[in-house]
Amino acid sequence: MNAIGRFPEVLPSIEESPLAIRGLSASYDGKPAVLDADMTVVPGTLTAIVGPNGAGKSTLLKAALGLSPRQSGEVTVFGQPLARMRHRLAYVPQRASVDWDFPVRVIDVAMMGLHRELGLLGRVKPRHRARAEAALQRTGTLDLAQRQIGQLSGGQQQRVFLARALAQGADLFLLDEPFAGVDAATEETIMDVLKSLRDEGKSVVCVHHDLSTVADYFDRVLLLNRRVLAEGPAPVVLTTRNLQATYGGRLSAGQLAGVA
Amino acid sequence: MSAFLAALLLQSGYNAALVAVGATLLGLAAGAAGTFMVLRKRALVADAMAHATLPGVALAFLVMVALGGEGRALSGLMVGAALTALLGLLAVEALTARTRLPEDAAIGATLSVAFGAGIVLLTVIQTLSAGQQAGLEGFLLGSTAGMLRADAMTVAAGGVIAGAVIFALRRPMTVVAFDEGFATASGIDVRRTDLATMLLVLFVTVAGLRIVGLVLIVALLIIPAVAARFWTDRVSVLLLVAAAIGGLSGWIGTALSAAAPGLPAGPLVVLTATAIFVLSLLFAPRRGAIARAVATRRGAPRLDRREGALWVALRHADPNSPLLSRDDGRTPLSALLPPDRLAAIEGKA
Repeated sequence: MNAIGRFPEVLPSIEESPLAIRGLSASYDGKPAVLDADMTVVPGTLTAIVGPNGAGKSTLLKAALGLSPRQSGEVTVFGQPLARMRHRLAYVPQRASVDWDFPVRVIDVAMMGLHRELGLLGRVKPRHRARAEAALQRTGTLDLAQRQIGQLSGGQQQRVFLARALAQGADLFLLDEPFAGVDAATEETIMDVLKSLRDEGKSVVCVHHDLSTVADYFDRVLLLNRRVLAEGPAPVVLTTRNLQATYGGRLSAGQLAGVA
Repeated sequence: MSAFLAALLLQSGYNAALVAVGATLLGLAAGAAGTFMVLRKRALVADAMAHATLPGVALAFLVMVALGGEGRALSGLMVGAALTALLGLLAVEALTARTRLPEDAAIGATLSVAFGAGIVLLTVIQTLSAGQQAGLEGFLLGSTAGMLRADAMTVAAGGVIAGAVIFALRRPMTVVAFDEGFATASGIDVRRTDLATMLLVLFVTVAGLRIVGLVLIVALLIIPAVAARFWTDRVSVLLLVAAAIGGLSGWIGTALSAAAPGLPAGPLVVLTATAIFVLSLLFAPRRGAIARAVATRRGAPRLDRREGALWVALRHADPNSPLLSRDDGRTPLSALLPPDRLAAIEGKA
């Protein structure tokens, strides 16, 4: 395995990589959003997908997962086609993508992480409930278990989404903007959970937009603006040159200085 | 009134009792199937399907007469209705997917074209069979007159099958309605689940044609779910409450119809459901209008003035503070700042 921060690095083979994307192109509303993107997730790392607004960060994730159409590209999960490996990945969508007035309680959302295991007619046993509760505990939302989800703050909702993913017991976690519009306490909690997942050997990929925290939070970074501009260990990738290439003239000197 | 009570207690004759039991089972199924349709926000598609049953009913009648049959056999008419309803559903989906028409326009177009074609066919049938009444107008607003035991059994069987399918598919249908992206990512086939939901709705629609009529059946699908939403925050409970409201509406509505034979059954069933909706809207605990008014009067103001003032004070004290990006209208400043700095800012607030 390659040491994080060493460069040039040895990337894992497609068979070893929790998520390997090759030549993915996708459009959004008829306009090309991602062009010919490659990504190789390294096992046991936290990876950020970083880029300006409209760079296709979420589209890359969604197209890779089959949530939105892709024109071309191959996606493997642990070396196998995605369709056979869905049980090993957990996806956390953007919080704004669902209707929070939906009639479910916090515990019901966490239980959705176990639906695959339960099947259509399987009965919910105490061990299933215990797993959902453990996931809520880990994200600090167990005491909200009986609340309707619309009564939660944005940060609490995000933590419940993460709990649902934890309940799935996956090895690969894909999160779309998990820190968007959440409070500081939530950001810290989510980051603690993600780091502990990494330390258990699981792999985490986040779409992330806050340049000031990328280097602190993530081991690896993929810079994206329609095309992949760089992928590798955070300290290697986050150079002034790379960032300027990714963001064009949209970054101020102050913002650059904070990162690179 | 006493005629109504007698009908309610299944005491006004064999035929009326059959109708009441059939309508109750239909209401149960419509309430439950309608719940997922409403949660998935597809209610208007059901209306297009319901209107698209009319040409099917008329065509089935013509075919059965042409084959030398009775023409009015309910099962045959239901098959015809189901086929054109399915065509209506496919038309809406194709128009939405293949053209630039938004879904509401596609629904409006399909609904009016299908209904227009049905009315034309109905008129043709009336001129053809000048002497004998075909009685197909009953399918517009529903009628309980002359319902046979076999008709009631058909409706009841439809209700039972729909209930079983809903029970089996409740988990994927819930996840898909709540979070389509998560559902797809975790391996649920969203298209097939949606198709199952809409076929279920189609099934209930066709089963309900005879009693409630195609113009109003969509109301029996929507109203119970919307009324039930006032009473619970859980899908599982919502299903049961909506089914109960639907069943109750069918029962009371047909009893009213039996007591006043001139009135069509469909509108009475739907008006009963609406009455239950209004009662729920007003009197449900917590979510009801009265409970909310009381809570607003008693409870804290919706906007926390002190928190708002703190954020404004911070904005004045330190316009460049990185914390300001966290002002999402929900996060209390006290969660972000140590107490001493908070006190300093509060002094200025």
